[in-house]
Amino acid sequence: MLEIDHLALDFLRYRGLWQREAVPCLRDVSLSLVRGEVHAVVGASGAGKSLMAQAIIGLLPGNARLRGELRLDGAPLDAPRQAALRGKRLALIPQSLAALDPLVRSHRQVTWAAQRAGVSAPRAAAERALTEVGMVGDSARRYPHQLSGGMARRVLLAMATAGEADWLIADEPSVGLDPAHRDGVLDQLRRLADAGKGVLLITHDLRHALSVADRVTVFHAGTTLETAPADAFQGRGKALASGYARALWRALPDNDFARPPVHEVAPLA
Amino acid sequence: MIAPLTRRLLRLVAVLGVVALAAFGLMQASPIDPVDAYLGPQVAQVSPEQRALIAERWGADQPATQQFLHWLGNMLRGELGWSRVYNAPVSEVIGTRFMASLPLLASAWLGATLIGFALGVIAGTREGGWVDRWICRYAYTLASTPTFWLAILGLLLFSVTLGWTPVCCAGPAGVTRDELSLATRLHHLLLPALTLSLLGVAQITLHTRARMLELMRSEVALHALAQGASRRDVAWRHGARHACLPALTLAFASLGELFGGSMLVEQVFSYPGLGRATVEAGLRSDVPLLLAIALFTALFVSVGNALADGLYRLVDPRLRQVHP
Amino acid sequence: MSATPSPRLALRGNPRLGLALGTLTLLVALVALLIVTPQLAERAGASDFQARLLAPTTDYWFGTDVLGRDLLARTLQGLALSLWVGAAAALLGTLIALGLAALACLDRRADAVVGLLVDSVLGLPHLILLMLIAFALGGGTQAVIIAVALTHWPSLTRVLRAELLQLQQADYVRLSRRFGKSRGFVIWHHLLPALLPHCLVGGLLLFPHAILHEAALTFLGFGLSPGQPAIGVLLAESMRYLSAGYWWLGVFPGLGLLLLVLAFDRLGNALRRLLTPHEAQQ
Repeated sequence: MLEIDHLALDFLRYRGLWQREAVPCLRDVSLSLVRGEVHAVVGASGAGKSLMAQAIIGLLPGNARLRGELRLDGAPLDAPRQAALRGKRLALIPQSLAALDPLVRSHRQVTWAAQRAGVSAPRAAAERALTEVGMVGDSARRYPHQLSGGMARRVLLAMATAGEADWLIADEPSVGLDPAHRDGVLDQLRRLADAGKGVLLITHDLRHALSVADRVTVFHAGTTLETAPADAFQGRGKALASGYARALWRALPDNDFARPPVHEVAPLA
Repeated sequence: MIAPLTRRLLRLVAVLGVVALAAFGLMQASPIDPVDAYLGPQVAQVSPEQRALIAERWGADQPATQQFLHWLGNMLRGELGWSRVYNAPVSEVIGTRFMASLPLLASAWLGATLIGFALGVIAGTREGGWVDRWICRYAYTLASTPTFWLAILGLLLFSVTLGWTPVCCAGPAGVTRDELSLATRLHHLLLPALTLSLLGVAQITLHTRARMLELMRSEVALHALAQGASRRDVAWRHGARHACLPALTLAFASLGELFGGSMLVEQVFSYPGLGRATVEAGLRSDVPLLLAIALFTALFVSVGNALADGLYRLVDPRLRQVHP
Repeated sequence: MSATPSPRLALRGNPRLGLALGTLTLLVALVALLIVTPQLAERAGASDFQARLLAPTTDYWFGTDVLGRDLLARTLQGLALSLWVGAAAALLGTLIALGLAALACLDRRADAVVGLLVDSVLGLPHLILLMLIAFALGGGTQAVIIAVALTHWPSLTRVLRAELLQLQQADYVRLSRRFGKSRGFVIWHHLLPALLPHCLVGGLLLFPHAILHEAALTFLGFGLSPGQPAIGVLLAESMRYLSAGYWWLGVFPGLGLLLLVLAFDRLGNALRRLLTPHEAQQ
């Protein structure tokens, strides 16, 4: 089990030429991810979801100050443990396509990922991961700029799975994809969870997250408001505890398309 | 691919034209009379008639534009004129001097590029670490060091105090160039080449390091680290790949600095190369030689600059794609 | 994300403390240098044939030269001279760069001409161009200043031109024009304030280069006259006595020059980092 317990995060920055101040980015983040589930973290852009992902793998920028606790299978997940487990047991699917090295052919990047994860036969592992995402033959040998957005996403997915990590953090893995490709990526995540991995799906898209997720954590302004099973999102959202989550649900086009009353959206006020 | 190449060649010709015009104009504007400079202390013994005769033979009495066109025509035909200082055709002086300088320039260039690149990658691997801090200190200090002072220090330490290397010249006195053995030549070349390459190292190190930092803060590096890569792995697999082209570009673009450095280093070590010939030509007002050297080095440097620009197109897969 | 100011962080532990102290020290040192040198003129010029070529002692910290003159006084004088020449050349170079950058932004043809000029100056080794200009102007202090200024504008011109082109396209500048503000208003209130930091830092970074090139030019014999106690002159003189073992003649003047150049280079780069938004937070 991967547990995040009251995580808070500030950045130190300069105000003017001399004085420094701390800018809070995460205030209170708690959730737990178990094997075999797809756990969606849903919130608006800029709510700090990607920073949470970076905090889990331990790759925050130098001027970040972290409080709270991370635990993996009961033991604290501190910096040395994060470094030891990165790629091997914890894998990240980054949000940006700029994460692919533009000067290296795709299949080589996947092979490197497998090598870094300590796989004994990296070439074969890369081949297998690429086949699983449907990148075969010539298309796997291309440079990143020659790939379409859908192909690049699949290469990123292959890089995360080549190392056979059992905890996957997918940061907006389907953003910018057409419906067919998006469903393909989400289905792939579902299959990984069914194979016994824990998948944390970070997204701003509640509707499509619900199609694959077991549980959903609602995230707003650096705080996790509540975690609910996916089937709580139905009807008028009576089963949801927080007003923000209910508003998020009801704002979807399939539902009332209702604009929520303003006071309900501001849980921090 | 063809169109950019043509444009680049046209640009090169235009630059050389401007350099020729500027160099010639500056020589014309000089208050130092070339005839007086040629005669030197004998000027008192020469009658005004004789003087006018010399001026006429050089074409110094014609209008400046005509002189320029005349000179440019000669240049294009390959008639570079006569060097008064060395009492030989300018083309011959440049030829032999450049051949003497070439090993110095080439070894210094190669050394500076390779060492500078390696240091830059190593420094950029862990920003702010002690290795980085020391390499930076070293590079900053070197970048602020006057070239000729570095040469003087080298001379003092290795030649005067320790006696490991010769004090001057390209070979022992009284021995002609052809009689020198390879070992003697290398022995005389060692210290000048080392000094000159140390100079270039700083620039390439700092530039490579800047590119490395850019990459190490990028999504590519974050992603690689998330895969469990060590910083050294990221630096050499991704960083070196991204930094090598800029480093090579800079190396080609700084041929002018290299040549300027060789003038100073050759002066300190009395190395009989093109740099020293330039200084002699300037000090003793050998206008034909000075103009020809200016044009020659402009060609040398401009070709380097053009190569630097063109490299990207040839090596980067993203740009290769645009012009298949 | 709203920024709630944290309790003010103490002086200690602020990474910019080093920069502030360094700048202060440098300024104090420079003012001291400029105050002290005129007083030293006599000592620097006075030859004492009883004390020729003395190695460094407590009386003469840097030793004495062949005419028995105090090398410390001469070095300080040389540094002050370098400072003036470098400052004048850097200022002139910055003005040239600003003018040409503005010219390049007027229209495409002017841009092409400025581009050709930049390429031409960069197409000739700096030192040769310096030599040609100094040669044409007949040597001397003024010639050196002009020569150094005329060879050091291209890189700054490129920076300022890029900055200006970007500013012209910036929304707030275009809006200002659309609202009917005059050209002069836009230049004075929008363009100059944005360019000034670049000019300041660019000029400051030109300065060490200018000093180094002045010294090199003088060392080769094309710059300041041999009568002036310039660092280049001191080092050129020292060449004659090196093989006899009078090492201090060659070591100290160059060391002084190195420290001066290094201080300005570091200061300029630190300020440049402060002005680069993404580097400022590091």
